Amino acid sequence: MENKYLKDDIIRSSGVNPKKCMKCGKCTATCPSFDEMEYHPHQFVYMVESGDIEPLLESESLYKCLSCFACVDRCPRGVEPAKLVEAVKLSVIRQKNSNRLKADDVVKYLDEDIPQQAIVSAFRKYSK
Amino acid sequence: MKVSYFPGCTLKNKAKELDKYSYLCAEKLGVTLEEIEEWQCCGGVFSTAKDEIASKLSSVRALKAAKSKEQPLITVCSGCHNVIKQTNYVMQNDKEFADKVNKYMAEEEAYNGEAEVYNYLELLRDVVGFDKVKEAVTNPLGGKKIAAYYGCLLLRPNSVMKMDDPENPKIMEDLISAMGAEPVIYANRNECCGGYIALEDPKAAEKRSNDIIRNAKAMGAEMIITACPLCKYNLVKNGADIPVVYFTELLAEALGVKEEKDGE
Ligand code: SF4
Ligand code: SF4
Repeated sequence: MENKYLKDDIIRSSGVNPKKCMKCGKCTATCPSFDEMEYHPHQFVYMVESGDIEPLLESESLYKCLSCFACVDRCPRGVEPAKLVEAVKLSVIRQKNSNRLKADDVVKYLDEDIPQQAIVSAFRKYSK
Repeated sequence: MKVSYFPGCTLKNKAKELDKYSYLCAEKLGVTLEEIEEWQCCGGVFSTAKDEIASKLSSVRALKAAKSKEQPLITVCSGCHNVIKQTNYVMQNDKEFADKVNKYMAEEEAYNGEAEVYNYLELLRDVVGFDKVKEAVTNPLGGKKIAAYYGCLLLRPNSVMKMDDPENPKIMEDLISAMGAEPVIYANRNECCGGYIALEDPKAAEKRSNDIIRNAKAMGAEMIITACPLCKYNLVKNGADIPVVYFTELLAEALGVKEEKDGE
């Protein structure tokens, strides 16, 4: 997808207006996956706004968001960065053969106590 | 009083205690949980994307079932609660989205968010009342120091969940007091345990969970209670050396409806 369309698509699907961001970094400061992400929530916002989306598409950071909504609630400008992370990630896994998690792989992650909730949630987040 | 009840897949499997004690406690408090028929898994996590339709249909069906019985829909698991409540919110507030969903389910009656969704904790606070819970307690918990672990899903996003003050909640602490125990306040009670990342990056979940356990213990907790099977899994898996218990199980004990098991 061409970059301009991709940006429009991500903005439409997320409902986020990245222009509202004032780059205070609160979303990033509160993100529990801070250590696991190369691009942090405020960078998602900035990079989508500036059309620098390619690096995000390739990034492991897409799969480190926990959907904890801390950045959504704690952003003073109501930007809701998690919604942008979700939309960028969907634009990747919706492509053919781009599922992050495949049914055959799941078996190796299981232990006897793991709740169904973890498995269905991981599929919802990582696969189409 | 009768209410519609959405147990969800985990409560029928790895978290059977959460389900069983929910029924027993409700019965003792004069509420009958009527499990909705043919419910389907909520999917565990809500997709915020406006063009994700199919994944929200199971929640819409559950909401419709409650609406048709003119009952509120009660959830227990934090995950189900978050997904169903957020779905209901978009059905109420995003007309374009709701139209798409209703078109998808064209053979059925349209739904626009008419049902009310309560978590079991809200049922206890707002329908039964914590004063009534307190009156019904036959085995008060003797001032035990208990830390409520909310995690993220019960409270956020607050504009939708509206359960409590998202940065200083007290609904679980009030329940702890009603059961005769002493609530422990600690900073990490509303931070994430790592959630589903436990599946493919257990180290990340370990860090998150350790922070929570350490913080709760440092503030004097002898026990942690939760409403979420995944929170419980992450905390136990990552070395909680104090008991991590579902709040309904503890309530069953306080209400005297938990049958004594051998060896306990
Ligand atoms: S908290 Fe909000 S305003 Fe601040 S950097 Fe993040 S998205 Fe931008
Ligand atoms: S929702 Fe995702 S990006 Fe936002 S704070 Fe939580 S883990 Fe970080």
